[in-house]
Amino acid sequence: MINRREFLKNTVKGIAGLAVPLAAIEIINPGKLRAAKSSEKSKVRWVFLVDTYKCVGCGLCVKACKNENEIPYDANVTRTWVERYVLTKEGRLFADSPKGARDGFITTKIDLGLGNYQDIKKEDIKKAFFVPKLCNQCENPPCVQVCPVGATYQTEDGVVLVDRKWCIGCGYCIMACPYGVRFFHPVHHTAEKCNFCYHRITKGMKTACVQACPFGARMIGNIKDPNDPVTRIITTERVGVLKSEYGTKPQVYYIGLDEEVR
Amino acid sequence: MVHGEVWTLKELFVTPNEYIYWSIQIVMYPFMTGLVAGAFVLSSLYHVFGIKELKDIARFALVFSFALLFAAPMPIVLHLQHPFRGINVMMTPHFTSAIAAFGIVFFSYGAIVASELWFLYRKHFVEVALPLKEKKDKTLLEWIKFVIFCTLTLGVYDISEESLKRDEKAIKILAGIGIPVACFLHGYAGFIFGSVKANALWMTPLMPVIFIMSAIVSGIALCMLTYIVTMELRKRFASRNKAPYAMHHQSREEIKSVEIHVIKMTAKYLLFFLIFAISLELLDLIFRGYTAVKSWDVLRSVIYGRDFTDIFILQYGLGNLVPFILFLTPWLTLRRAVIGVILVLFGVFMMRYNVVIGGQAFSLTFAGYMHYHMPIIPHDWETFKEGLGGAVSIFIMPFVLFWVFAKIFPVFNVKESH
Ligand code: SF4
Ligand code: SF4
Repeated sequence: MINRREFLKNTVKGIAGLAVPLAAIEIINPGKLRAAKSSEKSKVRWVFLVDTYKCVGCGLCVKACKNENEIPYDANVTRTWVERYVLTKEGRLFADSPKGARDGFITTKIDLGLGNYQDIKKEDIKKAFFVPKLCNQCENPPCVQVCPVGATYQTEDGVVLVDRKWCIGCGYCIMACPYGVRFFHPVHHTAEKCNFCYHRITKGMKTACVQACPFGARMIGNIKDPNDPVTRIITTERVGVLKSEYGTKPQVYYIGLDEEVR
Repeated sequence: MVHGEVWTLKELFVTPNEYIYWSIQIVMYPFMTGLVAGAFVLSSLYHVFGIKELKDIARFALVFSFALLFAAPMPIVLHLQHPFRGINVMMTPHFTSAIAAFGIVFFSYGAIVASELWFLYRKHFVEVALPLKEKKDKTLLEWIKFVIFCTLTLGVYDISEESLKRDEKAIKILAGIGIPVACFLHGYAGFIFGSVKANALWMTPLMPVIFIMSAIVSGIALCMLTYIVTMELRKRFASRNKAPYAMHHQSREEIKSVEIHVIKMTAKYLLFFLIFAISLELLDLIFRGYTAVKSWDVLRSVIYGRDFTDIFILQYGLGNLVPFILFLTPWLTLRRAVIGVILVLFGVFMMRYNVVIGGQAFSLTFAGYMHYHMPIIPHDWETFKEGLGGAVSIFIMPFVLFWVFAKIFPVFNVKESH
C-alpha cells in the first residue's frame, strides 16, 4: 500500500512525463502555431481586380465557378456571386443576388426574400450597377486566425486555403469572415470558399471566372510583379477595397466602387 | 440542402452564403458551460471564503458541477459537421483561435474538480471499500461496488485525523485555484463571441465579463433548484420513514428547516450576482446606443424591433425583473423560490439565445435580416441535433449524470468535518 504523499508525487511525475512528448512536438516550431502569414520573400502575391463598370450581371462567372470547383449546381451557396444595386431617386437602396446571380438577372424585379419582389419603374432609378464578390484572400485573414485546428491556412503567395481532410466543421471561420464568402460544402460538410482557383493559377492559367467573363470585368494578377497589367492598374488608378475598417487588408480591388456597396 | 437552409428565412438584402450557422447547440454551449462555472463558484464560496451558511449546498454544488462538466462540451460535439474529427483540436491546437483553448482550459478545470472531489470523498471511499474487503462471500453487486470504490481510493487508505486535515487544506487550495479557472472557462466562452469582429452584436470586450456574471447567476439558480427538488424527495421519503433515508435520523421537519434556511442564504448571493449581470448588460446596450457606430442602425432595428419580445419581455422582464421581485419580497417561501430560480434560468438561457441567434439575425450587408426557425419535429439527424430534441437531450444529460454520481459521491448527511 503506497501512502498518499507518494501517490501524489507519482501522479505529478506521470502527468509531467505524459506532457513531454506533447511539448516536444510543439517546441520544434513555435512559429507554425501562430496564424501563418504570407511570406515577404515570396515572389508571387495573387490579387484580384474587378471592374464594376464592365460587369453586366450575366452570371457566367458564377456558373463557371460552380462547374470548375464542384459546388452542387442547385445548392444555394456559391464561391463567387454578383450583387445588383438599385438606388432610387427618393434615395432608397435596393439590392439582391438571387441564387448568387448564377443565371444572371433575368427580371427587373428586386428579390426581397420571403417570396416578395419589388418592381422599380425605370424613371425612378437614379443609378444601378452590379458588383461581383469573392474571397478577398485577406492579408490579415480572421478566418485563419480563428480556425481551431489550422485547417484554414494561408499559402506563401497569399491565397487562403481550406484543408477538407482536417476541417472539423465548427463554422468559426464562417462567423469570422466579414465578407460572408464562406459556407459549408453541401457534400463534404467542411468550410468552403473561393481559393482563386489555386489549382489553375499555380499552373499559369487564369481562374475559371476570369476565363468565363466575356466583358473582362474580372482580372487576376501578381502584385509583386510591377509589369503585371493588374498591378499597373492597382498602383496607378483609383481602386477601392471592401470593408477596410475590419483591418483584414483585403486583396480584391475594385474599379468604380460605390459607397452603397456593402 | 445546404447546412442552415432548413431553419433560416432570409429577408431583404442578404448575401447568398449567409445562413444561421450557429444554431441552438451553440446557444446550449455557453449555457451549459455557464452552469458548470456557476455551480463551482457557488461551492467555492464555502470552501474558500468559509461562508458557513453555504456549507450544505457547497458539497452538492461541487458534485453537480462535475456532472455538468461532462455535458458542457456535448453541444459543440453535436454541432460539429465532422464530430469524429473533434480530436484534431488536441492534435493541432491553433492558439490564435479561442476555440482551441477550450481543450486546455476544460481539461485543467476538469482535473481540478475531480481532485477536489477526490479529497472531499476520500474518507467515504475508504469507509465503503474496507468493510467490503473484509467481507467473505460477496454478492455480485457487492463485488462491483467493491471494485469501484477500491479503485476510487487510488490505493490510499490513510484516514487518520492528521491526513484528513491535510485533505481539507488541499480542498481549500483547489477551490481557490478553481475559481479563476472556472471564470476563465466561461470568460473565454464569451471571448469566442466577443472577438468576432465581423459580428456587430458580439464585438465587445464586455462579452466575457457579461458571460461570467450570468454564468454564476445561472449556476447558483440551477443548484438551488436541484437542491430543492432533492430535498423535497427526501422529505417525502423521511415522512414515510423509508430506508435508507430513515437511517440518517432526520425528521421531515428538520429537513424542511434546513432547506428553507439554505435557500434563503443562497438567494442572497443569487441576487447579488444578478445585479452585476444586469448592470453590465444594460451598460453594453446604453453604450452602443450612445456611440451609435455604423452598425447601430441595424442593431437597433433588431434589438428594439424584431427581437423586442425575446430581449425585453422574456429575458429582462420575465427572466430578470420578475425573479428579482420574487426574491426581494420578504418571507421567501419555497414555492416562490422555485418559481424564481426557474425564471432566472430561463432568463439566462434567453440571454444566450439573444446573443447567439440575435447576432446572426442581421446580414453582413446591414441591409437584410435572417430569422431562425428552430426545428421542433425532427425529420433527420441534422434537424434533431440542431433542434429542440438536441437541446433538450443536452439539458437532461447532467441530471441523469448527477443521479449516477450521487451514488458514488453522496451529497447529503456525510458526517465529516469539512
Ligand atoms: S474574405 Fe473572408 S474567407 Fe476570404 S480570406 Fe478574408 S476573411 Fe478569409
Ligand atoms: S469550419 Fe473548418 S476551417 Fe472553419 S474554423 Fe472550423 S475547422 Fe477551421
